[in-house]
Amino acid sequence: MLKKCLIVILLLSAGTAQAALKIEHWTLDNGARVYFVKNQTIPMLDISVEFDAGAKRDPAGKAGTAALTNSMLARGLQASRLPGGETEPAMNEAQISDAFADIAAQRGGGPGTDRAGVALRTLSSPNERDEAVKLTARILAHPSMPEEFLQRDKARTIASLREALTKPESIASKAFWQLAYGSHPYGTETTVVSVESITRSDLLDFHARHYVANRAVIAMIGDITKEEAHTIARQLTSRLPQGKPLAAMPDLAPTRGAEERIAHPASQAHILVGLPALARGDTDFFALTVGNYILGGGGFVSRLTKEVREKRGLAYSAYSYFNPMEQAGPYQAGLQTRKDQASEALKVVRETIAAFLRDGPTEVELKAARDNLIGGFALRIDNNRKILDNIAVIGYYRMPLDYLDTWTANVAKVSVADIRAAFGRKLAMDKLVTVVVAGEN
Amino acid sequence: MKLRNRLLVLASFLSIITATAHVYAAAATHEFRLNNGMRIIVQEDKRAPTVAHMVWYRIGSIDEVSGTTGVAHVLEHMMFKGTAKLKPGDFSARVAALGGRDNAFTGKDYTAYYQQIEKSRLEEVMALEADRMQNLRMDKAEFAKEIQVVMEERRLRTDDQPLAKVYEALNATAYVAHPYRNPIIGWMDDLQNMTAADAFAWYERWYAPNNATMVVTGDVDAKRVRSLAEKYFGKIPTKTLPKSKPQNEPPQNGIKRVIVKAPAENAYVVLAYKVPTLRDVEKDDEAHALDVLAAVLDGYDNARLPASLVRTERVANSAGASYNGISRGPSLFLLDGVPAEGTTTEELEQRLRAEIARVASDGVSAAELKRVKTQMIASQIYKRDSIFGQAMEIGGMEMAGISSRLRDRIIEKLAAVTPEQVQAVAKKYFSDEQLTVASLVPLPLAAGAAEDRKPAAVPGLRH
Repeated sequence: MLKKCLIVILLLSAGTAQAALKIEHWTLDNGARVYFVKNQTIPMLDISVEFDAGAKRDPAGKAGTAALTNSMLARGLQASRLPGGETEPAMNEAQISDAFADIAAQRGGGPGTDRAGVALRTLSSPNERDEAVKLTARILAHPSMPEEFLQRDKARTIASLREALTKPESIASKAFWQLAYGSHPYGTETTVVSVESITRSDLLDFHARHYVANRAVIAMIGDITKEEAHTIARQLTSRLPQGKPLAAMPDLAPTRGAEERIAHPASQAHILVGLPALARGDTDFFALTVGNYILGGGGFVSRLTKEVREKRGLAYSAYSYFNPMEQAGPYQAGLQTRKDQASEALKVVRETIAAFLRDGPTEVELKAARDNLIGGFALRIDNNRKILDNIAVIGYYRMPLDYLDTWTANVAKVSVADIRAAFGRKLAMDKLVTVVVAGEN
Repeated sequence: MKLRNRLLVLASFLSIITATAHVYAAAATHEFRLNNGMRIIVQEDKRAPTVAHMVWYRIGSIDEVSGTTGVAHVLEHMMFKGTAKLKPGDFSARVAALGGRDNAFTGKDYTAYYQQIEKSRLEEVMALEADRMQNLRMDKAEFAKEIQVVMEERRLRTDDQPLAKVYEALNATAYVAHPYRNPIIGWMDDLQNMTAADAFAWYERWYAPNNATMVVTGDVDAKRVRSLAEKYFGKIPTKTLPKSKPQNEPPQNGIKRVIVKAPAENAYVVLAYKVPTLRDVEKDDEAHALDVLAAVLDGYDNARLPASLVRTERVANSAGASYNGISRGPSLFLLDGVPAEGTTTEELEQRLRAEIARVASDGVSAAELKRVKTQMIASQIYKRDSIFGQAMEIGGMEMAGISSRLRDRIIEKLAAVTPEQVQAVAKKYFSDEQLTVASLVPLPLAAGAAEDRKPAAVPGLRH
């Protein structure tokens, strides 16, 4: 078996890879949207299936429902009868895990704020692939959500929540989202109380409402044909019901500046600064991406790293990023520094952001950013994992299919004036929220 | 931003390494040695037009001596601070201008530098890497700032991380003489007393082509890599390398225990047994059996520890096992877990020991073994997805003195491990004589610091 594997791979890798990335897209009769890239260089297949089932859809007072629903998908399967008359026996948690392990399939995925679903990595050989897809389809459609495992998983969730509430980085992050998003679902914190209130019927309701064929987004890359991809997409969604439309999300409240300081015995202060800024599909995306490379995204060469770390030795890591989401996701700058220099470091961050908003980048900085982003574009899509992540985002947020093809051209078009204008629209010093955990007392 | 390997990471990395590489070793891997002793290993993989370029120095915290622990890692930071030709920061700026990503990492056994780049840029990054192998400038003012950065890194990764402190205490307790007792990042006091001269002496002593291995993976032609390596590294003079003292660990003759108290919610316990290291892939079957034992215990979702301790008995919120057999120094087999509410660390320790005892008395089933081996073989295919991961594997093995050409052979050896061999190592190596136990006693935070904090009702300054 080993030897055979080796030969197959050698033959396949002799051919070689993607000159341009061809994303094929179609929609199934049941409404599921499929995004597929064929890549025959390795005999494996990566799949993600995602839904509008992230934490933002948690029922009021029951924050944590989306995450628990997702993590309970593989805790047990109901017996079911397929339209063809074939019956499938119930499976327990151990049987599901062993079934995946026996074919070396890896189950991944998880709950995010917007999206939640399941990911699968499997060998592309038909026996393994078919079995892995079938199991995944059953997990998505017929989880039994056993009560006894729910109690166990709730206890584990609560233990890890309590643990997170002792860690300065988690405390800071939770406080940041609350401060930036207030009562909007993006700002809702999962608490011990909210998890304790979740029942099995909450999970079943959430599952029935959100894991539905007409909102499924399937991304696939690997060693299969388009026809096989089509069959797999149908297998993954044919057991799912049609879902009723979901309520529109509330608008974000206007951003107001705020600051919160939280005491903690850690040796370092954790500082976060930012605000809600960027929604998927926003036309400022490229100007902000290029601008933030210069301000805080470009690793060792960004302004924040230079000012905080290279010039002053104040922190190991200083960064900023935009996290584009369905509704305006955050811009966030952050660092950690010895607690007696927290105020100094915060001042440097604020001044660095303020100077960037006031003056924008220089032409030299813009050229360096373009050189890096365009010259390094190949690194963004040089393996299946990265490509899957990209097409899953393109699919879920309905971005143009040529998003990756036009990415470098769009970066090249960005001017200094574009960056200043875009940052001016999205950031303002008096609207930033600031969180300092474990700062000076 | 510097990636660094600690015990935990190293341990998991190792179980990956040993489960290595059926598919490529025989494929397009090429090895050469330059006249000055520098080794070059190239693995062609033309799936995408990118390259991972790494230079590994066989010098890490294992080579440090008391008083200057952490110097290998500090020097790694200083390697970005300028050469005769480059100002501080210019190295990363040059790589960035080429569209590349660059960083470095220090481990117990090595220090390595890498760039990920589009394939046409290989020559330029190679020139940069060759420059800092021989022309580093150690500026005192730059050192004074950077040592502060390293201390911040230590605070971030160790001092404020309860589990990292547990592992630091574990290593310092398990080893009394061997340098694995010291943390890779160094003791804070050593960092506070380190000088630019210490770092530069390290560079002068150890940074030489005959102590370096270049690993290149991706869309390259091995012949061209060779000629570029000759052009840029070939003229760098060889140094006479001092021989590090072995500092072998004396035998342990009884259980050792250490307790760490730190702000946390959940307790934690880790058991570390001294076990053999893989030195000879053909002969050291016990190391292969230990690898399989770790996988039987924790190699897949429903492996023994998560299945019995977390899922069935619910005495733990998490439970795991790991073994690092590819290493210049000695190896530990780790069992660890977070006790569930109502369970103490002492009880969880007994349950973890009982799982080993169960293997020792009853052995493992053929079905379990088959499942474990299936994972190992498939992982060789999955790992081909990342050229960076492949370069990491090659370098890590080479630094430990195991030829990366043996990746296939290791998988064959793992596939040949029998239930009897697994049972035999479970019987032989898990006595109290060889055991160190470290546990975390969580200290609750002062009231009001965290739990169920109310959102800020009114924006403005608080506290």
